[in-house]
Amino acid sequence: MNFKKAGLDSCPLTLGSTDQSEGSILRSRWFPFFNFAHAQFIFKMAAVQGGMVDAKDELDIKSEPPSDGFGNSNANDGRLLSSSPGAGTGGTATGNNKPAPGPPEEQQTLLAVLQFLKKSKLAESAEILRREAGLPEDALDPKGTDASGSGPGLAAGSGQVDGVDASSLLSRVTVSSSAAAQAPKKDSSLAACFYSLSASPAAAGEDQPDVSVVLSAYSQQGDPSLYDAYYSGLKRFIESVLDCHRAELSQLFYPLFVHMYLELVYNNNESVAKAFFEKFSGDQECYYEQDLRILSSLTKKEHMKGNETLLDFRTSKFVLRISRDSYQLLKRHLQERQNNQIWNIIQEHLYIDIFDGMPRSKSQIDAMSGSLAGEARREANKAKVFYGLLKEPEIELPLDDEDEEAENEEGKPKKKKPKKDSMGSKSKKQDPNAPLQTRIPLPELKDSDKLDKIMYMKESTKRIRLGSDNLPSICFYTFLNAYQGLTAVDVTDDSSLIAGGFADSTVRVWSVTPKKLRKVKSAADLNLIDKESDDVLERIMDEKTASELKILYGHSGPVYGISFSPDRNYLLSSSEDGTIRLWSLQTFTCLVGYKGHNYPVWDTQFSPYGYYFVSGGHDRVARLWATDHYQPLRIFAGHLADITCTRFHPNSNYVATGSSDRTIRLWDVLNGNCVRIFTGHKGPIHALAFSPNGKFLASGATDGRVLLWDIGHGLMVGELKGHTDTIYSLRFSRDGEILASGSMDNTVRLWDAMKAFDDLETDDFTAATGHIHLQDNSQELLLGTYMTKSTPVLHLHFTRRNLLLAAGAYNP
Amino acid sequence: MAEERRQKQCSVVLPTESMKAMAESVGVGQLQEDSCVALSEEVSYRIKEIAQDALKFMHHGKRRKLTTSDIDNALKLKNVEPLYGFQSQEFIPFRFASGGGRELHFYEEKEVDLSDIINTPLPRVPLDVSLKASKEQQKTESTEPLKVVKPGQEEKGTIQGKGQSTTTPDGKGKEKGLIRLKPRSTHELSVEQQLYYKEITEACVGSCEAKRAEALQSIATDPGLYQMLPRFSTFISEGVRVNVVQNNLALLIYLMRMVKALMDNPTLYLEKYLHELIPAVVTCIVSKQLCLRPDVDNHWALRDFAARLMAQSCKTFSTTTNNIQSRVTKTLTKSLFDDKTQWTTRYGCIAGLAELGADVIKTLILPRLTVEGARIKAVMEGPVVSNIDKIGAEHVQTLLLKHCASVIAKIRPQPDNVEQYRAEYGYLGPMLCSHVVKARTQATLQAQQVNRTTLTITQPRPTLSVSQSGLTGSGGPRTPSIIKVPSSLTLMSPRPGTPSQPSPPATKYIVMGTSAGAASTQQVITLSSSQSASPVTSTVPSATSTLQPLVKLESGGTPGLTASRPLQKYIVVSLPSSASSSLEPKSSVLPTSISSASLDGGIKLERSESPGVSTQSPH
Repeated sequence: MNFKKAGLDSCPLTLGSTDQSEGSILRSRWFPFFNFAHAQFIFKMAAVQGGMVDAKDELDIKSEPPSDGFGNSNANDGRLLSSSPGAGTGGTATGNNKPAPGPPEEQQTLLAVLQFLKKSKLAESAEILRREAGLPEDALDPKGTDASGSGPGLAAGSGQVDGVDASSLLSRVTVSSSAAAQAPKKDSSLAACFYSLSASPAAAGEDQPDVSVVLSAYSQQGDPSLYDAYYSGLKRFIESVLDCHRAELSQLFYPLFVHMYLELVYNNNESVAKAFFEKFSGDQECYYEQDLRILSSLTKKEHMKGNETLLDFRTSKFVLRISRDSYQLLKRHLQERQNNQIWNIIQEHLYIDIFDGMPRSKSQIDAMSGSLAGEARREANKAKVFYGLLKEPEIELPLDDEDEEAENEEGKPKKKKPKKDSMGSKSKKQDPNAPLQTRIPLPELKDSDKLDKIMYMKESTKRIRLGSDNLPSICFYTFLNAYQGLTAVDVTDDSSLIAGGFADSTVRVWSVTPKKLRKVKSAADLNLIDKESDDVLERIMDEKTASELKILYGHSGPVYGISFSPDRNYLLSSSEDGTIRLWSLQTFTCLVGYKGHNYPVWDTQFSPYGYYFVSGGHDRVARLWATDHYQPLRIFAGHLADITCTRFHPNSNYVATGSSDRTIRLWDVLNGNCVRIFTGHKGPIHALAFSPNGKFLASGATDGRVLLWDIGHGLMVGELKGHTDTIYSLRFSRDGEILASGSMDNTVRLWDAMKAFDDLETDDFTAATGHIHLQDNSQELLLGTYMTKSTPVLHLHFTRRNLLLAAGAYNP
Repeated sequence: MAEERRQKQCSVVLPTESMKAMAESVGVGQLQEDSCVALSEEVSYRIKEIAQDALKFMHHGKRRKLTTSDIDNALKLKNVEPLYGFQSQEFIPFRFASGGGRELHFYEEKEVDLSDIINTPLPRVPLDVSLKASKEQQKTESTEPLKVVKPGQEEKGTIQGKGQSTTTPDGKGKEKGLIRLKPRSTHELSVEQQLYYKEITEACVGSCEAKRAEALQSIATDPGLYQMLPRFSTFISEGVRVNVVQNNLALLIYLMRMVKALMDNPTLYLEKYLHELIPAVVTCIVSKQLCLRPDVDNHWALRDFAARLMAQSCKTFSTTTNNIQSRVTKTLTKSLFDDKTQWTTRYGCIAGLAELGADVIKTLILPRLTVEGARIKAVMEGPVVSNIDKIGAEHVQTLLLKHCASVIAKIRPQPDNVEQYRAEYGYLGPMLCSHVVKARTQATLQAQQVNRTTLTITQPRPTLSVSQSGLTGSGGPRTPSIIKVPSSLTLMSPRPGTPSQPSPPATKYIVMGTSAGAASTQQVITLSSSQSASPVTSTVPSATSTLQPLVKLESGGTPGLTASRPLQKYIVVSLPSSASSSLEPKSSVLPTSISSASLDGGIKLERSESPGVSTQSPH
């Protein structure tokens, strides 16, 4: 494969996390030991925030105007609240703003820390810390021997870091005495806890933290019987506020509900938890039903370990977007009521993205919510995305006469003109939104690619202009007798081949043109061929093997994703067995098995320029591969649940992934960063499609809705309602005028994409705030609905002349 | 309601009895109640967890049904050995049993005798996956302009009508609801086809009669013309439009002969082009002026010919959905009933209606006889009339007499009284009367000759025709097959319809007027491409008089044919497509080759439509 030796493969592998880096982790880990007071502060803050404070929070705090009496989601507020009398916590909270630690409790904590350091052979740090704290040199030893007494207590205490204060920790030493016998385990849990304190600012979306650490945040906080009262109190409050605020504050219900429930479960209050769930689960928005079902099955502390959904909820802060006014209102209320239980949850587990301006309406909120971890943070969608298309290489059109025969006499001049124009305009000015041609190295064009490009241009001159009054014809390829379970379909760009992936692990390739599929001759036979002859390419094919169908055997599980290479020489298939296989369509054999995903790989797709491909699966990461590397070049991590579909941007610089966590992320292939997070779907996303101009993205999910996104602005720009079941395929027509969607409900629907994107008003305000007003104009945009008898539509494809091909297996 | 459901979700756990039962099944006897409760909660949770994961596999498998393999895959995700032996696509293989105070679901495992399995023949291999409707679609995409999706295809393509929503006689729109017509796109012909098209059209409208005959012969018999059909039909419709304006009678006649030839071609199915052809034909029937000198030129013949074409296409293509016949009838009657209609148009209307059959004559023309008679009388006997009007009236009169006489002869009782006729039909009464009498005598004359004629026709070998129809398959070709049993005349044919494949059309049409009048136009059109298969030809050229008895025979003389036969106009000796309905019961006479062929088709059909038959996997 011709490939410029530069770029990607030599780049260091980057983990695709947006806001952390390895450096910050290290720094924060060592930071406390240099300045004790500061360490104390951070320690506390971390404790209050459940080990989830990151640098951004601090920024937020600073950006807060000083006139704001309460500040933002700041540690100070937490302190104020928790120190207020009558609060439900075990309550003798020490004010953290006191510079000196409270004598006995703080000392205990310190001692525990020192002990840990000593154990970890970090004598120097321990010494520094000791001196900072002004503890006697020998303070450690007696305590050390006393480990059976205070050690466990500390361990238990620090295991429950957000228990706010050490005194309450100590008070529970006796309670947890049963745990005292297991001293070594304590140490490890202490260590874990310590690690979580220091590392957690960076831990959020990245590596999977230890489950016990994550869960420890749910330690006992207050009287379980009061949870009910807290929640209903807040509910009453929110229901009584002004309408404009109610919708915004209602967003709080779901995350609060989940966290309170989990706290109850974690603290073994099973019956209370059940009662709590039964009482309030009905209030939640219907689109959370799926998650609630999972939650409902979770009734024991033991269940929480290893439950992925739960882990997702804990490791990622639920993001809410609330206007400043509404936020103030909420804060005032909680302060008046001394409702620090809820306040703690808000502080620890939620990320409240505050904006200035009008509160959003219910419909605006509903449009954006639904994802597993709330809405996307505003900053997440601020990065610049080069969504423009790459310049097409200039190819001299050979003035061959052979295509003349099919043309009428006047066909020729007509044909040449527009081609010249389009070529000229493209090559002259570079799209300002397009990435540099060399931003990522792309394979060089081979002669055969150029030939194909020429074919493409010839075909595209015969393309039918589609529009609302000129709909495409649809040809449906039905897979009959597919009892093996058709799971994936792909069609080559020139519509000459169709491949199907089946649940019986086979991949089948059909030729749908009269040209049959032939294998290359065996090596021995190839030797006999005259290599100088003109038709050598024809001679290498083995005529005896010609058939319409070839079956590729190799996978050991259902094939869920399938993709042709643009040059039609290769085929990729991804399977339940965790591998991605590259097949040659010359020899019809498997060339490579890419192993990396350990779990089912749900989807894979070739880059529009070939060479690269992307895959995503149950392990929640998407990987970028190059065909000649057996290891991935990039790992895109950040999704909170399975990656269900992957798509390359037309310029090959970006990759979009849709996930079961109901978000869509756009990743930069160059540096592995996540540059867009789109929320708004209410179910796992199963279909993605980029518009041909690269500006827009369409996504379809199990909820039967198609959402349209403006990539440049990072905004939702449309919602197409109509399907009644999962949408499995989306495709824009070649010129982007029509969007076709195919669904499990046995229909193909055509939408007026031109109109959907034309009506857009993307003024600066909308772009800045991300508040969208979606008109409910699905009915106007729907151009046609076409039923099949009983065939779910699994794949759609526009031929180069804009004939729509659809495919699916007849389902008797 | 949602709340209720959720509460249920929250509390659903397996009963402790199940735990006990399971414990017993693995040999643990005494399980404590507490352990059971703890176990059941744990197990319920894990099962729910696995079900969640299994759902993922179902979604990605693009199914609505959760299968056992989904559960297996979910277990594999958790690194648990899957449960083997429960693969079943269709149903959950558990049986339910109760008794002894216990309810159980169990998996039935029968004891199987190995020798039974070995000795039973292997079950049929299930059909392999196949891809449907690909190439045909592409072909239609590139050739046929007005193509949707073939009827058998489940997905309907979309046709979208843009400005050309003419009388597309396509019934599908009504059946399927939302269908759009596709914009007409041009489809290119190969160089050879273009050449052929040019030659043919030039010959058809050219001056050389020999060439024309050859060209028409080619149109009527060549099997590969369907690609050019849209162009021919446009050619004809354009040609008629232009030449009517220019009153170019000759060209109009040539064009109508082209229509005739197209209709005669058994490989072409004109239904999709009737929206162009029918207006052209109707124009030639009813146009006010078809030639430059209406007083001299015989445009009446063109009208007659076009009317016959019209009638033929009505018979062939009229269905309950497109209603061609009734629409045509309505149009013609409307202008016939109009007082201001000119004689030429009037003639065309009457001719067009008359050709549609005796029933139409009876219901539409006979009641008009008095009115028309009065009108003719006014022209003939009135004072100042143009010569043209007079000629027109004469022709109308002849036409009416010709067509009505035979019908009246059938419906009226024997004694033909001139006065009665005058009373009933007015001015035309006396003339009608004489015509009727003539018709009656001729009818009897023909009846006597029939037997002789049939005897000569019995020559064709029955075996030949049977094998022919067997060849053409169940598609219902128009290919003729004649079986004649000397005593009772029997026409054999498979179902009518479009020919599924080009077969040598040994078609012989004997087209003739029903009227007994000697002056009536009687035409014998004999088409035959393969001489070998046409032993009948020898009998056909016999004098016109021999043909007359056949009419008689057709219209009810033979006991084998019911009197209600719609076809009265034509005697199609070899095979009328519409004749089959009354003849079909007789097909039992046939040797088995036909029935086996149709049976074969039936089996094929079944296979493709209900693949479930062969689903049983060979376990």
